Amino acid sequence: MLNLLSGFVEELRRGGLPVSLTEHLDAAEAVHYIPFEDREALKYALGATLVKSSSHWHAFETTFDIYFARGLGSGEDGGGGGPSGEDTEGQRFRGDAQGQAGGGGAMDQMTPEELATMLYQALLEGNQSLMRLVARNAVTRYAGIEKGRPVGGTYYLYRTLRNLELDRVLERLVAQARAARPDADDLSALDERLLGDEYRGRVDQMRKAVEDEIRRRLVEDRGAEALAKSVRKPLPEDLDVMHATRDELATLQRALQPLSRKLAVRLARRRRHRRRGPLDFRATVRRSLSTGGVPVEPRFRHPRPAKPEIMVIADISGSVASFARFTLHLVYAIQSQFSKVRSFVFVDGIDEVTRFFEQVDDPAEAVQRINSEADVVWVDGHSDYGHALSIFYDRWAGEVTTRTSVLVLGDARNNYHATEDWVLGELRRKARKLYWLNPEPRDYWGSGDSVIGTYGAHCDAVVECRTLRQLEKFVGDLE
Amino acid sequence: MNNDPLGLGDIGPARFESVPAVREGLADVGYLADEGIAGVVYLADRLAKPVLIEGPAGTGKTQLAKSVAELTGSRLIRLQCYEGLDESKALYEWNYRKQLLRIQAGNVEDVEDAKAGEHHSPTWAELEEDIFSEEFLLTRPLLEAIRAKEPVVLLVDEVDRVELETEALLLEVLSEYQVSIPELGTVRATTLPMVFLTSNNTRELSEALKRRCLYLHIDYPDIDRERAIISHRVPGITDELADQIARIVRSLRTIQLRKLPSVSETLDWARTLVVLGITTIDAEAAKDSLHILLKYQSDIERAAKELLTASAD
Repeated sequence: MLNLLSGFVEELRRGGLPVSLTEHLDAAEAVHYIPFEDREALKYALGATLVKSSSHWHAFETTFDIYFARGLGSGEDGGGGGPSGEDTEGQRFRGDAQGQAGGGGAMDQMTPEELATMLYQALLEGNQSLMRLVARNAVTRYAGIEKGRPVGGTYYLYRTLRNLELDRVLERLVAQARAARPDADDLSALDERLLGDEYRGRVDQMRKAVEDEIRRRLVEDRGAEALAKSVRKPLPEDLDVMHATRDELATLQRALQPLSRKLAVRLARRRRHRRRGPLDFRATVRRSLSTGGVPVEPRFRHPRPAKPEIMVIADISGSVASFARFTLHLVYAIQSQFSKVRSFVFVDGIDEVTRFFEQVDDPAEAVQRINSEADVVWVDGHSDYGHALSIFYDRWAGEVTTRTSVLVLGDARNNYHATEDWVLGELRRKARKLYWLNPEPRDYWGSGDSVIGTYGAHCDAVVECRTLRQLEKFVGDLE
Repeated sequence: MNNDPLGLGDIGPARFESVPAVREGLADVGYLADEGIAGVVYLADRLAKPVLIEGPAGTGKTQLAKSVAELTGSRLIRLQCYEGLDESKALYEWNYRKQLLRIQAGNVEDVEDAKAGEHHSPTWAELEEDIFSEEFLLTRPLLEAIRAKEPVVLLVDEVDRVELETEALLLEVLSEYQVSIPELGTVRATTLPMVFLTSNNTRELSEALKRRCLYLHIDYPDIDRERAIISHRVPGITDELADQIARIVRSLRTIQLRKLPSVSETLDWARTLVVLGITTIDAEAAKDSLHILLKYQSDIERAAKELLTASAD
């Protein structure tokens, strides 16, 4: 057990979770008080001692499922037959729903139709053990697992789910439920929605059961450590924004909200506590009365440093668009920390989008509107930094003051247009600070049509900003 | 194995027999814990470690500490954290007004003694020993929890509100269960308190603090637990209504809202519906009472749009 735990902790650390030695020891001790067979309790015991942040829980859970997969170690339902309860459930099913007497044979021989009916039944009843049984059969039949391949199982999952056609089953379930109501006509929108959510929840459970099953087989095949390596994923704050998949973007979106809230609190605190203000004479005297007129505790006024003004100029073409959206979202989420935020987006034309953020209270909504409503295409919809910057200069440069910090977001891939880098030189002269945030890895800078070197020469700093962590750090240090 | 991992001496008899026992016990005092919550509470007692509870507002973080106190028959000592909390508010403080009085009183006695022809003024050392004794000590929650003879549960509420530097104050108490007072020496706990810290996650807590605690993240409950909580906490509610409420709240939590409905808001809503005598929620009833569940106008509008009007799909 202790060896298993050490391996597990090692893997967590490799996945980027900060697990200290003390925490490892705590976990080892905690395990003594938990009956090993109780998988759920074990999970919470390890979680409580090893994982100290809710954003890391998902990574922990995945690793836990690999190292302590259901049925491994205790040997109760590894390999062939499942626990007897599930088998009888299956038998009952083959018996009465399909009307095939004397099923008796191995579960592998179920026909696709039988499997589909069973799936339908499982979802209709929300029956957990039946779901697991369906998952086991479906994986055997559809996943086509090849032994020894170093994969994480995403493809197997895809194949199994495609064959199970969960979406169609979902539709059928909802339709059936609707038909089952006597007063089907006045089934209100509310009921409909609740029903849909109910079944959607069950379908998600089903999906999870399939995932678990595939993972269990892969562990059996190649061992926990090898599999853990294949499925290892960066933590949300370390995801590369430019290359994130749709699911990962959703994760990032969720991570962004608590992050911006924390950042706002931190900035507000720093502004208040940076220095002590001048002595507050009245308060000091008043305070001294309780100590017989001796000013034991001097009081100070609160300092009120000026808030910075921010102008964001973001490239929202193709690949860097998601990065620009995250940055705008973050900046607006903490806009109370700045005296003014103005934002501009460009591709080859440029448009001010501040108005979108002023109308709504959720920055995410405004960011969505930018895509459809901002007027940013001038000729062909390929980035033209030179043109966009010179237009910016003509129309808005007069409003850049010594209190303004200007942020330019983009990969500086200019499609070999004129750079017009004098604009940046001028901006720097007028503005308090000029920063360039580049979402490309530093190694790629200056390659191909990237002119970051030319632009960078005019900036106070050029920052590589590929992950939320980097972005947070930059915004947090902004003055 | 080593029975004295922290060097604390006897960490006392187990408060709980097993994880299920914790769960049942908590249910008896009206707190429906899930597997994770009960497990962590059990471990906290066995390992003599504080529990750091995080999670969205209104999911019963503070209530857990109160319920554990009730379950174990302990006194609850609560330290509410806020910005600017310092050691004189959290640990202890010398009652310097009283000390001042004591010194002045000493002077008066001297004068009277001198009149009477006796010369017995206390030396400075005596005086110092006198004014830095327990009589002049004002105990604050942390010290109080350590010095308590009877079993106590210490609740440090919203620990994320104090500054990072102030967090350090807690460390000695949390890991060694002791408080050092330079003038008096070290005060150790005779009976180990159970310690709960809650955090609303408005900032990252320090590694040092997290390392010393067991971590428990209390999320919104799943539908079965929520239903059970509603039935348990709202007297006179029918099962159908509780079920319907739980389902509506679950659907609401899948929508992008600024503030998701918490358990306490769900309970408020359930109570309102019961008081209004509503037995099944139709669109009308839902619309009229959504404002109890949701606190932003934009959220209410969005929820009404999503839930109450037929969608295209």
